[in-house]
Amino acid sequence: MAVATVAIALQRNLFSVVILGGVYSFLMATVLVALDAVDVAMTEASVGAGISTVLLLGALYLCGGEEAKPLHRPWLPLAVSLIIVGALVYGTLGLPAFSDALAPIHVHVAPRYLLQGPIETGIPNVVTAVLASYRGFDTLGEVTVVFTAGAGVIALLRRARRRKDWESEK
Amino acid sequence: MKDFLVLRIVAKLLIPYMLVFALYVQFHGDFGPGGGFQAGVIAAAAVIFYALIFGLPAARRMVPDGLVEAMVGLGVLLYAGVGVAGIVLGGNFLDYFVLDADPVAGQHRGIFWVEAGVGITVSGVMLKIFYMFAGRRRRARER
Repeated sequence: MAVATVAIALQRNLFSVVILGGVYSFLMATVLVALDAVDVAMTEASVGAGISTVLLLGALYLCGGEEAKPLHRPWLPLAVSLIIVGALVYGTLGLPAFSDALAPIHVHVAPRYLLQGPIETGIPNVVTAVLASYRGFDTLGEVTVVFTAGAGVIALLRRARRRKDWESEK
Repeated sequence: MKDFLVLRIVAKLLIPYMLVFALYVQFHGDFGPGGGFQAGVIAAAAVIFYALIFGLPAARRMVPDGLVEAMVGLGVLLYAGVGVAGIVLGGNFLDYFVLDADPVAGQHRGIFWVEAGVGITVSGVMLKIFYMFAGRRRRARER
């Protein structure tokens, strides 16, 4: 994954950047499978590697495949991102150790979901039970976000097309 | 890309299985990994694949624009409708226990319809975005 990331940063040809992005998504999906998060891995593989690659290729067709040469030296952005990386790494030092059973996230509501979920909902997949039932309101919000994204794309692109037709008639 | 024999045959072989897999992920989400979101994306990917191989007009004939736009709104309405059904039957919003005499069966029913709503909206939105982008591409080529 590090190789893919460095290659994306160095590459000038946007077509290979998009393909490398797809490769990165598939690697990320395998990492998620290794972490036993199969639901998330499926989403990453289908959305990250599948549909967004197709959409980015479509965007490439519209705006050409070569990245423009940068106008100025990258030292300031580089310094900003290094500072942010340092802050994030410093922040992870305060997190509980990986797979620590006594971490706050494992002693709050998770045991209740794991123990009571299958009994209350009769559904073996706890992820589905939590998403659709315990957190049903959040998921309704997420679906509304997806709906809003679709409506926004329709509103933006369709209006552009209509104006073009109108201009050509004039 | 309709003229490439290998692509056409492979697409014809794969697309039915992709759609069946989407349905499997949708309705088997209670027991295995998956759910509405993943199923919606996979179903949309199958149609996008079809559009890539056989051209956008063919895909638009198969899944017309009106249907896609209806799906975008229908899924959200279905999800919210399940919540309202909970109120009508005497519970809280998105309360599945009252959807059936047996609370566990009620949970099953609620989650089933909610996931169906998620799947419908997600596949509708993905397809709509793709149609919009691809439609612009064809228009740019004409100029």
